Amino acid sequence: MIELITFIFFAALALGSGIVVVAHKNPVYSVMSLVLTLFSTAVLFVLLGAPFLAALLVLVYAGAILVLFLFVLMLLNVAAPSTTEERAGVQRVVAVCAGLVFAGLLAVLAWQDPLTRMVRPLSEEYVAIKPLAHLLFSTYLLPFEIVGLLLLAAVVAATVLARKPAPKPREGEQ
Amino acid sequence: MSGVPLYFYLALAAVLFGIGTIGALTRRNGITIFLSIELMLNSVNLTLVTYSRLLAQRAHDLGVALTGQVIVFFVLAVAAAEAAVGLALFIAVYRNRRTVDMNRINLMRW
Repeated sequence: MIELITFIFFAALALGSGIVVVAHKNPVYSVMSLVLTLFSTAVLFVLLGAPFLAALLVLVYAGAILVLFLFVLMLLNVAAPSTTEERAGVQRVVAVCAGLVFAGLLAVLAWQDPLTRMVRPLSEEYVAIKPLAHLLFSTYLLPFEIVGLLLLAAVVAATVLARKPAPKPREGEQ
Repeated sequence: MSGVPLYFYLALAAVLFGIGTIGALTRRNGITIFLSIELMLNSVNLTLVTYSRLLAQRAHDLGVALTGQVIVFFVLAVAAAEAAVGLALFIAVYRNRRTVDMNRINLMRW
């Protein structure tokens, strides 16, 4: 019973803050609402028996990525609402319809799957971190290393892209 | 003792994904579009963890069940890389065009 109450509370929180993310005019508020959504999702991860991923979500997403978003927002100073936001009338209606139909179809699909109806108590070794770590460092060792390489490449690329371009030498000085 | 039915989680993830889709399609501010995509990624993570939980009570092999969680781990890492590169791109675009409005960044539009 307490599980159901926790689920309903945090699912409602995730939905509400998710709507604020896409609907608010000010991107800073959107980022803050996304932090709230991610925290709610982390709680749901714990309910599902994935405490390691919940911690990872809070640390990496809420702690690092969204701080990066906020930092860039402050840097660019684009908090003022965008002026062409009002123009896309037809596109907005079509997009909202498409999104609702898509979400509805997915939800109905999940609803009708009989396998998702039964919930058995979790086994202790599923929740433990050790099997996950073992899997990550044996079966998925190569993808793990590649992801490390990808992060390195991303850091280099971000540094190169965001760097101020070197001042061009003038025509006569060469 | 009956926990929360798993299709509750799947339905929640579907609705969150729909919200993210609507945001990515309707908004014109580049940063907000980016945030909507992060929301969609997050809902997919929720789906993966839910199905991992479903497999945990059906499969005998724990490695099979935990694969979903490993994928979520990789998705988090790739999302971090994507956010870093994407935000650097926005900084570069803003430096040249003085805007991140998607209607004004139309140099490559056919």
